[in-house]
Amino acid sequence: MDDAKLNEANPIGLPRNASAIDAVLDSDLLHSFLGSKLTVAAALVVISITLAAVLAPVIAPHDPYDLRSLNLLDSQQPPAWLKDGDWRYLLGTDDQGRDVLSSILYGSRLSLGVGVLSVAFAAALGVGLGLCAGYAGGALDVLIMRVADVQLTFPAILIALLIDGSAQALFGVHREQTLVLGGLVLAIGLSFWVQYARMVRGLTLVEKSKDYVLAARLIGIHPALILFRHVLPNVMGPVLVIATINLALAIITEATLSFLGVGLPPTQPSLGTLIRIGNNFLFAGEWWMTIFPGVTLATLVVAINLLGDWLRDALDPRLR
Amino acid sequence: MLAFIIRRALEAILVMLVVTLIAFALFRFVGDPINQMVGLETGVDEREKLRQALGLNDRIVVQFLRFVWHALHFDFGSSYQFKKPVTELIAERLPATLELSFVSAGFSLMLGIPLGIYTALDRRSIISKLLLAVSLLGISLPTFLVGILLIFIFSVKLQILPSFGRGDVVKLGFWSTGLLTTSGLKAIILPTLTLGLFQMTLIMRLVRAEMLEVLRADYIKFARARGLNNRVVHFGHALKNTLVPVITIAGLQLGSIIAFAIITETVFQWPGMGLMFLQAVQNADIPIMAAYLLLVAFVFVTINLFVDLLYVVVDPRIQIGTRDG
Repeated sequence: MDDAKLNEANPIGLPRNASAIDAVLDSDLLHSFLGSKLTVAAALVVISITLAAVLAPVIAPHDPYDLRSLNLLDSQQPPAWLKDGDWRYLLGTDDQGRDVLSSILYGSRLSLGVGVLSVAFAAALGVGLGLCAGYAGGALDVLIMRVADVQLTFPAILIALLIDGSAQALFGVHREQTLVLGGLVLAIGLSFWVQYARMVRGLTLVEKSKDYVLAARLIGIHPALILFRHVLPNVMGPVLVIATINLALAIITEATLSFLGVGLPPTQPSLGTLIRIGNNFLFAGEWWMTIFPGVTLATLVVAINLLGDWLRDALDPRLR
Repeated sequence: MLAFIIRRALEAILVMLVVTLIAFALFRFVGDPINQMVGLETGVDEREKLRQALGLNDRIVVQFLRFVWHALHFDFGSSYQFKKPVTELIAERLPATLELSFVSAGFSLMLGIPLGIYTALDRRSIISKLLLAVSLLGISLPTFLVGILLIFIFSVKLQILPSFGRGDVVKLGFWSTGLLTTSGLKAIILPTLTLGLFQMTLIMRLVRAEMLEVLRADYIKFARARGLNNRVVHFGHALKNTLVPVITIAGLQLGSIIAFAIITETVFQWPGMGLMFLQAVQNADIPIMAAYLLLVAFVFVTINLFVDLLYVVVDPRIQIGTRDG
């Protein structure tokens, strides 16, 4: 924020773009990023898993959703480097003859997708309510914060399980794919909004007494416009930090719900569903169906957490 | 003080009322209770009679008040799938869950606090760094994955520990315990590790952070200046002041241990309440869901209330009366 202001007041009059790029290259953030090897490694892991997930339809050797391509004769093949392995199926196949590697690629796509969407939903809801509570004060503030307090006494996973469970009871187990996805995003989003609301409310209380808000109010700008054009950009830093840490939590929550059997169905499996399916075959010694999706999930979550920790330390030392 | 206690108690009751409202809404509006109770061959007349008998045609407020009244008498109706009173089902399953929860809580405290102290006092040693790295894993890994990995290592590969169930149980009155038989003790090891790992790492990191904070305080410097030896300074002065927030968090975590037991019980097919709740969710068995929700809410609210009161008793610096610090 401050860098941008300095550039605007740039007395030498360098071209805007060049100075902006210089500012990024010379920023504390980039230096601290490159200074930590662990963070760079974590970022590389997150980027490559995300790329692999987004490009799944292009790079996956098989299409796990195409039931015609499945051959039961190919089912329960071990990974390629083991005895009886088949190089067509690098990480082996599951009980239906689905390629494990392809399932993981498509599964990561769903896990990341649900994770990102529910974090976005939770952040939008929490930031919106937090801004309103902080700026309006009074009864609205008390109401929103009371609800937040009550919800905070219960673990998020329990709330998500309850919302998703009720949705399932309401619409039946065999719902449409979009409905399942929507239900999951809603359940996870509703269980994580409180943190944003509390943080943003506190920051808004500070911001609202600052001169620029008073000035904006003086010239008669609509409160909604003040909140979203002027206050919002100044409270976004900590929100980003919480969102990063919450992304890992949201992915874990989705995986847990899917593992428990109230998340994504076996026909369109996320990483959690894959682990659930594979878990049935663990005792038969067919470990690859569980362990490979499990390792993918663990790697992704640990890497995101590392990124989140770094971002928190770099952006806002107060949160430590 | 009395005013504070009364206000907190009133708040707790309000929370319970809200949760009861949610549970009631679940029971009344998710699916049709009558459809769940009768078979396909039951006629419309009989259904209407049953509806009348159960009072489902009364005003909603009346129904809600009746629900609250029944809940206060531990009457949550019959389970749709088991056709038995929900209270009876929960009473059967309660010992298993509570046993697992308390053993896990004990495990996480007894390991978490010493490890936290060690990593705070000796924070440059390699073991400390290793412990912190492992604790990051413990915080990051989903519970169910930890359970599956433990099963894979100890049950499938090494074949030294059972992977499901409670083993043999002994009846002590109404309480069935697995802690008195060898197979029961063996069976509880893996679930305890799974459930306790996250809490353990949490407590360890918390103790470490608090300890580091306290060690920087002036009274510690003063104690050192008086020439007291390390042991007295660390354990007599620092640890004592570390434990207040730790007790608080540990108390609050007990509630979430009971909630997270759902996942652990599913992985290990542990015959507790969590597993029953999950099966109820999958089968839309609303009475069990509603009863479990109320029970868990009650546990949470009670723990929160106690922790709040304990806080005031233990730490006189806290100002009663000013809410927002």
